[in-house]
Amino acid sequence: MILIRLFWEFFKTGLFAVGGGMATLPFLYDMSARTGWFTEAKLADMIAVSESTPGPIGINMATYVGFETAGVPGAVIATLGLVCPSIIIILMIARVLKQFRDSKTVDAVFYGLRPCSIALIAAAGLLVARITFLNMDALAGGFVLLNLFRWKEVLLAAVLLVMTRAVRPLKKLHPIVFIALSALVGILAGF
Amino acid sequence: MKLLTLFLSFAKVGVMTFGGGYAMIPILEREIVERQGWASSEELMDYYAVGQCTPGVIAVNTATFIGYKVAGYPGGVVATLGVVFPSVVIISIIAGILTNFAELPAVKSAFTAIRVCVCVLIFNAVLKLWKGAVKDKAGLVLFLIVFVLSLFFDISPVVFVVLCAVSGLVLTKTGVRGK
Repeated sequence: MILIRLFWEFFKTGLFAVGGGMATLPFLYDMSARTGWFTEAKLADMIAVSESTPGPIGINMATYVGFETAGVPGAVIATLGLVCPSIIIILMIARVLKQFRDSKTVDAVFYGLRPCSIALIAAAGLLVARITFLNMDALAGGFVLLNLFRWKEVLLAAVLLVMTRAVRPLKKLHPIVFIALSALVGILAGF
Repeated sequence: MKLLTLFLSFAKVGVMTFGGGYAMIPILEREIVERQGWASSEELMDYYAVGQCTPGVIAVNTATFIGYKVAGYPGGVVATLGVVFPSVVIISIIAGILTNFAELPAVKSAFTAIRVCVCVLIFNAVLKLWKGAVKDKAGLVLFLIVFVLSLFFDISPVVFVVLCAVSGLVLTKTGVRGK
């Protein structure tokens, strides 16, 4: 039953993804590799759509994967699966909020979890970068370093990096602006 | 009646949040603190802080907290359903449309370039999280181990999360932490 599997996969994601929306990315990447429900390239598209539509990004990604896998029922079930562990855990914590905040054990656990969470996001991001910037087919016909990179993409990334990190008034803009800009460049420059 | 108000208020928060995380604070502040008076700014910050260090999406965790405070267990559930409701509707529509147009050359070009932007956004997100996450040598070692292993081996993220939670406990108890 695909819906039960969807629920279970997203329940696990909701239970173990710590640190907000992007933390679900490594779990979705792992899901794509194991189930074949969607490709890595599709995953990058889903992130883009999730960033540029209303709603928390983690929820949007779950809904999108669910929809791609099993239509509207899939979208609903995947989202419910993702929020289920949160509801259970938070309702348990809500009654003892103060003890939870001051607990040394909780603090120690999260001291270990935070580096883990960002390492997982970074690794998943690098795998998305690999399919975006590298021409894996180029290796088949003899190794030529120049052909390995997709130069148009690399150039666009460099421009976007400068815009989002170095140029002061632009840095503050919402990601949706840069996503829209990239789409426009992609169409005009024939990516 | 209270449950309906909760649902609608959080659906509104869901519609107005782009990207989640910190983008949600000013919207929650206006709707939950100022308009409904369900929580004070300080309480909101508390929920937020705890929401960040519990599993799951921060927006959902915060909604569950406030819903529980306003109307007990049913409130927690209803507020959460409210905050995810717009996402389910909007994304289903967009995904449906995109599936039909995915083969158009212009759409393909647009998404090829958008993927580049997504990489930059993920990179920026990692840099932003780095400061709060990796604070000493032991933290850096944990980061490197998880990063390299997850990049080159096919290990479920669940395994890393469980092992790192245990490592956090052990490193703190043995006094390695902070060096």
